Amino acid sequence: MTASMPVALSLLGCATLLSLSVVAAIVGRSRVGTPLVYWASFGLSFGLCANAAFALLHPGLAEPLVLPLGLPWIGAHFRIDALAAFFLVVTNFGGAAASFYAIGYGRHEKSPGRVLPFFAAFLAAMNLVLLSDDAFTFLLSWEFMSLMSWALVMAHHRSPDNARAGYVYLLMASLGTFALLLTFGLLSGSVGGYGFDAIRANRAAAPYATLVLVLTLVGAGSKAGLVPLHAWLPLAHPAAPSHVSAIMSGVMTKVAIYAFVRIAFDLIGPPEWWWGLLVLIVGGATALLGVLYALFEADMKRVLAYSTVENIGFIFVGLGLSLAFAGGRFAVAAMVAFTAALFHVFNHALFKSLLFFGSGAVQDATGERDMEKLGGLIHRMPTTAVAMLGGAAAISALPPFNGFASEWMTFQAVLLSPQLPQWGLKLVVPAVGALLALSVALAAACFVRFYGIVFLSRPRSIAASTASETDAFSRTVMLALAFLCLLAGILPGYILDAMTPVTQGLFGGHLPRQSSIAWLSLVPIAKARSSYNGLLVFLFVIAAAAMAATAVHRFASRAFRRAPIWDCGCPEASPLAQYSAGSFSQPIRRVFGTLLFGAREEVEMPPPGALGPARLSVRLNDVIWNTLYLPVAEGVRVATDRLNVLQFLTIRSYLSLVFAALVVLLLVIALWR
Amino acid sequence: MALIRDLLVQSAEMILVLALSPFVTGLIRKVKARLVRRVGPPLIQPYRELVRLLRKEVVLADNASWLFRAAPYLVFATTWVAAALVPTFAVGLLFSWSADLIAIVALLGSARFFLALAGMDVGTSFGGIGASREVMIASLAEPAMIMIIFSLALLAGSTQLSTIAAYMLSPHVGLRVTLAMALVALIMVGIAENARIPVDNPATHLELTMVHEAMVLEYSGRHLALIELSAALKLLLYLSLIACVFVPWGLAPPGATWSAYTLGAASYVAKLTAGAAALAVFETAIAKMRVFRVPSFLGAALMLGLLGTLFLFVSRGGL
Repeated sequence: MTASMPVALSLLGCATLLSLSVVAAIVGRSRVGTPLVYWASFGLSFGLCANAAFALLHPGLAEPLVLPLGLPWIGAHFRIDALAAFFLVVTNFGGAAASFYAIGYGRHEKSPGRVLPFFAAFLAAMNLVLLSDDAFTFLLSWEFMSLMSWALVMAHHRSPDNARAGYVYLLMASLGTFALLLTFGLLSGSVGGYGFDAIRANRAAAPYATLVLVLTLVGAGSKAGLVPLHAWLPLAHPAAPSHVSAIMSGVMTKVAIYAFVRIAFDLIGPPEWWWGLLVLIVGGATALLGVLYALFEADMKRVLAYSTVENIGFIFVGLGLSLAFAGGRFAVAAMVAFTAALFHVFNHALFKSLLFFGSGAVQDATGERDMEKLGGLIHRMPTTAVAMLGGAAAISALPPFNGFASEWMTFQAVLLSPQLPQWGLKLVVPAVGALLALSVALAAACFVRFYGIVFLSRPRSIAASTASETDAFSRTVMLALAFLCLLAGILPGYILDAMTPVTQGLFGGHLPRQSSIAWLSLVPIAKARSSYNGLLVFLFVIAAAAMAATAVHRFASRAFRRAPIWDCGCPEASPLAQYSAGSFSQPIRRVFGTLLFGAREEVEMPPPGALGPARLSVRLNDVIWNTLYLPVAEGVRVATDRLNVLQFLTIRSYLSLVFAALVVLLLVIALWR
Repeated sequence: MALIRDLLVQSAEMILVLALSPFVTGLIRKVKARLVRRVGPPLIQPYRELVRLLRKEVVLADNASWLFRAAPYLVFATTWVAAALVPTFAVGLLFSWSADLIAIVALLGSARFFLALAGMDVGTSFGGIGASREVMIASLAEPAMIMIIFSLALLAGSTQLSTIAAYMLSPHVGLRVTLAMALVALIMVGIAENARIPVDNPATHLELTMVHEAMVLEYSGRHLALIELSAALKLLLYLSLIACVFVPWGLAPPGATWSAYTLGAASYVAKLTAGAAALAVFETAIAKMRVFRVPSFLGAALMLGLLGTLFLFVSRGGL
């Protein structure tokens, strides 16, 4: 077996996925073809995932492979090192889960011809981004990924909301790619070495390196959804079909994180300490703002999209901590923070896919995405409700689920901050820790609201009260993901151990092996410090609940009787009088919304004696959209209006313009030299 | 042999917290009654109430789901496990390393998550208002608690409660501004988390300012008994936490003799009594605040925690 075998196999898989998308364009219109294509993409993604897992566990097999494609004097370089392998595992696992889900879910698709071909190509594109080992291939795959996902966002293009989402997405994706283009331009320097090896050898000088980091934050951050570049994400992710939303939120944002890690941790070279500060502040702000947006949103899938923004912020806080520690040469602390961030990458891919699958099932069963029209689905869709409860508990960082394990690791990394010598970091890291704790607590509130309004309480519409359970494929994959969320939470040590090649490659060391610690505890630093054991906590809770249930049923009463709702003696007849999504978040809106969003409640009371209804209207002001995006859009509009005159000139004027431009450019070059 | 002994001590602690928690509730009620010159119920009244509720049948709303029936057991189990992981009369128990302070707080978060969901299950406005306010309060109390943990952990070098208690007993603690701030913040968080006056009133049932009681309004019989017991356990947990971190004297070290354990247990009961009496005096002396004043109250706790953490750097010139 040669050392470039995993990468060759991966490329073969990508090529098959691409040809599958061609096949899908042909057979996609038939009812039989759709499940077949999804079966095929499931098999391929699964194979790619297994291949990547093999590569992750055998870091010796990281030889590059050069294909004579692309620019003739460069060729296309591909390589799977441990970092790429880890992200390939996450990506292809998400892809396999979404494909399996879509075997059932895709049957309800009205226009499969607009989804199928792009779906397979999108999966291939994400793989290619992770496989590429030179700037040219990377950017090409990145743009291909953006375009394929854009096509999927536009799958239901008749709806004006989707068209707008697609437009905003395309603009932001162009901005991101542009920033990355400049990044790689700066990285490769005047020599023009576009291979990642050449970039590593040619370390950028200090002012350029800083510029590279900022540009990477813009380029990768806009794709990942960092505030304030997140504006497209809550529009575009929900617009796509649910299995694609799951991939975009759970996986594509991770590809963006890979881009950031690859550039900031690998290609730039040794970091400056204050880079971490920058990333920490941006990440903390993203986490808090993301979850607040999610709390004020009533569209089910947009809540999930905003929660993705929050989780991305969480991951960037981990990465920022790691950069800060690495800048101060604290390798162990940097590894703890980095491992925590990667662990959260994995966990978020699991539970966000699950939550999007569940909301897709709900949307399919009721035709509604508006939480205010749902409710009581735990009775109508019992299996979906169980799986979604697992997902909601995991994303709310409740022990013993996996979300808590990565949150715990991140907090342990925050607690290492006194090592840092810089005062700026010493003061900012605890503050960011507070932001993180706040956003985690708010995320729990957000998912109590999400689950309570959608699955519990009484149905708020006829569609919700007549919904039926989703198909067997969707249920299987949702239950499997919920189980994996629990498993990753109670046995986190094995996943952390699998990441040791990644830290070995980037930091030249690794954390102590977690799976050999007694009782499978999580002890990231040393025995004297903190430990957490998800397995024991899980067993204790189960045992305590079982003991309580047995004792109560054995020795006390087991009698129960059904009766009408009590509600202090006067229950409201109409289900519309229940607490709604809007009213549930009202206290939080009053606490946080007035300051950050200018939330205002207005009550219009009818005059005394009139029979008209009283109205309560809530206005939220999206500060970022209004202060950042609207002025830019307005500026572009004004500029294009002004430049419009240029469209109607004579040929002589055009020629003189061209001549003048040429002269100016030549002058600039002459002066530059 | 040592393992069996450790197991015994650990089980003794689990049973102790369970058995003592209604006593603490009863004690607070008694002291509060005496302070306003009433006779008050006997100390064993909470036990009687639990037994009475356990014997009664459960009346379930027609549309209550399985989650509504499972939630009391889950809430009870998570709270009990969390309470048993806080050192009460001894440190370094067999399983004390399986969860640190962050995990204990998160376990309480799990309990609240399920209770808030159960409050929303039947679809009444009381359940909704209770759940909505509970998560609002928690969304501020939890970060405040995390900041307290940060300042304690930065001092003691660990988030493990046994280590923190050992550090507080060691001679190089001294009087610190940070510790004072953490203590005040911890008391504030404890009051909010346990739905005590001035944040919430555990004695009322039908008042629009209520939070916790509104959320559990639909519960009856054995389910209600479990929820009341979990509330009592949570109060005991916070009292033990304050006692363990700020008054750690008397805690038996790992592998101590039986007499040390007895001494630890006696001092623990004394600390609980003092804490309960202090809480009763505080509650009698203060009025309930409006629900939208609670964020400022908890915001102050959060700021105290954060300031305490930052003070550590200032006072020590960087650990």
